[in-house]
Amino acid sequence: MAAYKLSINSKDYNIEADPQMPLLWVIREMVGLTGTKYGCGIAQCGACTVQLNGNPMRSCSLPVSMVADQRITTIEGLSPDNSHPIQKAWIAEQVPQCGYCQSGQIMTAAALLKRTPNPTDADIDNAMQGHICRCGTYPRIRKAVKTAARLAKQ
Amino acid sequence: MGRAPSNISRRYFIRTTGLTGVALTLGIALPGCNNNKTGVVNVSQGDATEAGTELMSWISVDPSGKVLIMNHRSEMGQGTSQAIPQIIAEELEVSLDQVSIRSVAANPKKYGPQPRDGSFSVRGWHKQLLLAGASARQMLITAAAAQWKVPVVECHARSGEVIHGPSGKKLGYGALVGEAAKLQPPQNVVLKDRKDYTVIGKPMPRLDALSKINGTAIFGLDKKLPGMLYAMVERSPRFRGRVKRFDDSACRAVPGVKKVFTVKRRVFGAWYEGVAIVADTLWGAMQGRKALKVEWDDDGFEHLDSDKLKARMLEDIKRPGASEKFEAAYTKAAKKLEAVYETPYQSHSCMEPLNCIADVRDNSIEIWGPVQEANWIQQDLSERMNIPAANITVNMTFLGGGFGRKASPDYPHEAALISKEMKAPVQVVWTREDDMTQGPFRTGSAFACRGGLDAHGNISAFQAITASQPFGEGTDKDDNPGPASTNSGNLSGLLAGYLQSIPHYSFGWCTVKSIIPTIWWRAPNAHSDGFAGESFIDELAHAAGKDPLEFRRVHLPDARYHALIDRLETVSGWKGRARKDGWGVAITQCFGSTVGHIVKVSKRPDGKIKIDKVFAVMDCGWYVNPDIIRAQVEGSIVMGLGAAIKHETHFKDGMAVEKNFDTYPMPRINDIPEIEVHIMDNDEAAGGVGEPGLPPFAPALCNAIFDLTGKRIRKLPFNLEEV
Repeated sequence: MAAYKLSINSKDYNIEADPQMPLLWVIREMVGLTGTKYGCGIAQCGACTVQLNGNPMRSCSLPVSMVADQRITTIEGLSPDNSHPIQKAWIAEQVPQCGYCQSGQIMTAAALLKRTPNPTDADIDNAMQGHICRCGTYPRIRKAVKTAARLAKQ
Repeated sequence: MGRAPSNISRRYFIRTTGLTGVALTLGIALPGCNNNKTGVVNVSQGDATEAGTELMSWISVDPSGKVLIMNHRSEMGQGTSQAIPQIIAEELEVSLDQVSIRSVAANPKKYGPQPRDGSFSVRGWHKQLLLAGASARQMLITAAAAQWKVPVVECHARSGEVIHGPSGKKLGYGALVGEAAKLQPPQNVVLKDRKDYTVIGKPMPRLDALSKINGTAIFGLDKKLPGMLYAMVERSPRFRGRVKRFDDSACRAVPGVKKVFTVKRRVFGAWYEGVAIVADTLWGAMQGRKALKVEWDDDGFEHLDSDKLKARMLEDIKRPGASEKFEAAYTKAAKKLEAVYETPYQSHSCMEPLNCIADVRDNSIEIWGPVQEANWIQQDLSERMNIPAANITVNMTFLGGGFGRKASPDYPHEAALISKEMKAPVQVVWTREDDMTQGPFRTGSAFACRGGLDAHGNISAFQAITASQPFGEGTDKDDNPGPASTNSGNLSGLLAGYLQSIPHYSFGWCTVKSIIPTIWWRAPNAHSDGFAGESFIDELAHAAGKDPLEFRRVHLPDARYHALIDRLETVSGWKGRARKDGWGVAITQCFGSTVGHIVKVSKRPDGKIKIDKVFAVMDCGWYVNPDIIRAQVEGSIVMGLGAAIKHETHFKDGMAVEKNFDTYPMPRINDIPEIEVHIMDNDEAAGGVGEPGLPPFAPALCNAIFDLTGKRIRKLPFNLEEV
């Protein structure tokens, strides 16, 4: 066990954890933010995606010892009022079905939009192909990322 | 599927809703529940329902005019929690933002009818829901008319108010609930005309979407209880393996681990063993599991391989005896065709792996989890744990996918056994590997099809013999297949419509037994039957030298199918299709709905095949929310694409081979073609929406590939890169 100071959604948390414990379980079980999901545990599905210094990362495969003192953002910290363009677009295009994978999808899409304000279909496919949605919301995710790009400019 | 409506007691309703003051509260009493009356019941006043009336759903209008619906259907992404409020809002004349819905725990005194069918939330219950909304509206109008001392016919309701036409006087619903609550529900309620609908049939945004874009939706894994322990189970990797002995010395040394013991899980009739590691944190249970050493007893049952299982199915489809009428017609056919089709075993792999919380007390159980069938779980737990059903509460969280897997009561029962041992609430967490390797799976299947064409190129004889595992536990011995039947039976994925045009047809089913546990999977049999049936119809069309869409028009004589075929032809531009591309069509019917797909494929510059576009036309009769239907059909096509070209569960030495998404690939965003969904508008009976969009995809794709390449694909899954 070791002590870590984590910055999650601009708030500091002091925790004691096994250095090997993946960030996913720290966030869910110790910090208590359950919007970030467990899907596969081997960085294949993207359900656990959070942003580390603004970049999408698979929290299921990131030991907590590697992320101390870095800026972590989870779905709960994306906006205080569901106002992020990606969130608004996800509602406008009615993306979620079961919803389980969407936190991860949204965190990657938000990072994409920041890096690439006018993403093409190919940009979207490249950025989002690390995510699995079993309900098959992909056609709407494509649309919603473009809608978000428009909303971000308004 | 085991589907049962929950029956909700008034006491439970009041406790859960926190409604204490005056409200107009109506319940829907189901036929066939030993009820004295069926239809809409006013339960605002007293405890009449406690005397034995079984109620399916409740709606309540409170003094602020807000409407609360308590409903028992699970929400696993299919949009039930949206469709039901839309139905109520329409007849009650309130805007959708005045309506909220809460899923209710199963907590009945008795069980209602159990319609064993899927895609049922709307098609099964919409008439009762319409009636409930209309009854409440009529009672509010009657209360207002009495207060104003005007004839009821001079009053109408709109946007949560009753309006007196001649004077323009208005009263909000909230002010009327006290008086309305004293009335009896009207006997002959007039429902609105479909042309007057303002909410039903409109693409209203989903009420649950917001919680799913900000992380607040609570799925099973997100639920926590005070004092809750966590369990993981080291499960026998080999189906039927038993615990011989285990060494937990290192496991018990892991911080937080409290107890280690053998536990069983029952899928239908068969038991599956494992060793539970219970800890006060999830991490402790995970680490404890790694430190545990288990020795399995693998004697006394077959250690099956996929190849052997498939060979058995291919042998079985030759076994049924002849059907004389079919054989006579087949012998006379001008042209004869035979083909064998195969489909794989597949895992459901919901994005949320299985999990369940159980809190077992002396004479009560409470369950929280992602479950499709609360009532079945309650009944199952009552029988197995010997606790009265009335003392068992099953709380449904959001489900991170279900697809049929989360309809089985095996994992709640396992959680209950572990909680009982620990005398504490316990959350049992499955890893992805547990979820993917333990099953139950969708059965693989094999089909032997034979068809004859007459001199005009029409089908004169059609036969399909199926070999597949029935839903349920496996045993090692096969049944003796009966003779193929003559002009009876059906392939569920094949349109009954075809049978009107085919003079002699015959079907047979060999139930293959194996140790592999199997269960329904989205569009259970229709998916594999549809692949065989609609591929073979296509083969017959080509053998007859006919246009595949025109061939279907001839063989599906009913006007409703013709309307669907016309629509498919128009929206896809079938007649003007470019001959350099490949075009394929398939039409299947299941759960009361008919869906047609046209798939367009082309060759990429490197010669490999690309799926360009899918046109889908859904005929589900009367419907509620076109946007949710489109979403369900889009999702069905994506899932069908995965099942057709991406993944298969293999078995080796009695164990599942594929354990996670690295070896069990899923369709991803870059695999998905453009999808265009159209919905037929008609007044036919409401059909299902969640499943029927899936079966036509695989045959339409394979038919398109044949059109492009001349290569016929008869075995799923196949690698699109290697065609």
